[in-house]
Amino acid sequence: MRNLWLFLIRYNAIFWFILFFVFSIILVVRHNNFQRSSFISSSNVVIGSYYKQVNSWKSYLSLNETNAELAAENGLLRQQIQHLLQADTAADTVYMIDSIEQGRYAFIVANVANNSVHQKSNYLTLDKGAKDGIEKGMGVITSNGVVGIVLQTSEHFSSVQSLLHPDTRISVTLDSSEVIGSLVWGSSIDPRYGVVRDIPNHVEVLKGEKVYTSGFSLFPAGIQVGKIVETGLASGESFLDLKIELSTNFSNLHHVYVVKDLLVEEKERLETDSQDNG
Amino acid sequence: MGSVILTNIVRFIVMVLLQVVLFKNIGYYNVATTYPYIFFIFLLPIGLPNLLLFFISFLTGLTIDAFYDSVGVHAAACVALALFRIFFHKITLEVELKESFNTPSLGIMGSKWFLSYVFLGTFIHHFFLFLIEAFTFSNFLYTAASSILSSIFTTCVILLISLLVYKRKSRISNI
Repeated sequence: MRNLWLFLIRYNAIFWFILFFVFSIILVVRHNNFQRSSFISSSNVVIGSYYKQVNSWKSYLSLNETNAELAAENGLLRQQIQHLLQADTAADTVYMIDSIEQGRYAFIVANVANNSVHQKSNYLTLDKGAKDGIEKGMGVITSNGVVGIVLQTSEHFSSVQSLLHPDTRISVTLDSSEVIGSLVWGSSIDPRYGVVRDIPNHVEVLKGEKVYTSGFSLFPAGIQVGKIVETGLASGESFLDLKIELSTNFSNLHHVYVVKDLLVEEKERLETDSQDNG
Repeated sequence: MGSVILTNIVRFIVMVLLQVVLFKNIGYYNVATTYPYIFFIFLLPIGLPNLLLFFISFLTGLTIDAFYDSVGVHAAACVALALFRIFFHKITLEVELKESFNTPSLGIMGSKWFLSYVFLGTFIHHFFLFLIEAFTFSNFLYTAASSILSSIFTTCVILLISLLVYKRKSRISNI
């Protein structure tokens, strides 16, 4: 007994190490598999308000760019209004937006309180949360592209899994042909580029072609995601990989829109029902 | 004794703040990132009991995890660093020094000891960090390369910080 005690005391460092290390690993694994522990993350009130404060100082530095971006978006919207008005007044053209699609999506404006691009798995924190109607699993876009997926919300903050994350997949489609692929970050190195996977081999793809969301995932159809810069990266026998230049500038995000799909419950219910029957 | 605790608390706050405000935004894509907050663990008093050392390291890691949204990853790496620290001290230090409450800083320990201490410890920390972050052995070369490059980066930053502090300290003692 005494020898055992001496042994434990002599090598206590290793036993403490094993204890703490295993505990940390358990945390990591739990965190990966299940919901993220809400206490230790950036949607926590203390850390969230800290990031918000820092960001309110930092945002002054990029006011010019933000203004330019907003002005550009204004211009685009104005152009669209013009287009719609023209279509409306011209008597012989029947222009109708699909009434189902029209009311389907609501957009919640939020500011980015924290952002990262240098990690292997990147996350953002937004300054709006459950109180403003943001829920887990909603899509996040900006005026010129896709940003990510809401991972967790607290009352006033929400954390977003960025597109620059190995687990993020977004369903996209090409400009010229209606094939569907999935957009991932892929490279894990450069925040400016992404990879479109699972495009069938027979499709002819042009450099410079634009890539849009397909509307099958959380995002409305037709949001521009990026431009193809490199074709013909072979991933397997019958599929192509395309390298695209992302249209979202991840290192300079300020205002984003959270997409609220008003019909998502209905869609999910239908899908689970048909799965049960099948 | 009281002042030692106070200094360490202040050092903890400063290093964590620097890490999440400044160094989080610095990196060469994903190949080299820097985590100089571990300087706080390097500088904890030498005679600290093992359990307390592990506990403090674990908490430091968890604090950084909260800001990086990566529960447990930094905590595990910091615990590995604490184990390295205990072994390194056991092998290299003399008995009287081991029981004192000195801070193992550049000024007290000398540059040769300090450099190997910081570089090896940083490498251990970063290696565990990247390995657990990737959670796979499949991209092992990439993990190893980025942990070596990042440890060089972090060591440089830590040396810069300790040189800054070193100068000020010696000036005070001269007066």
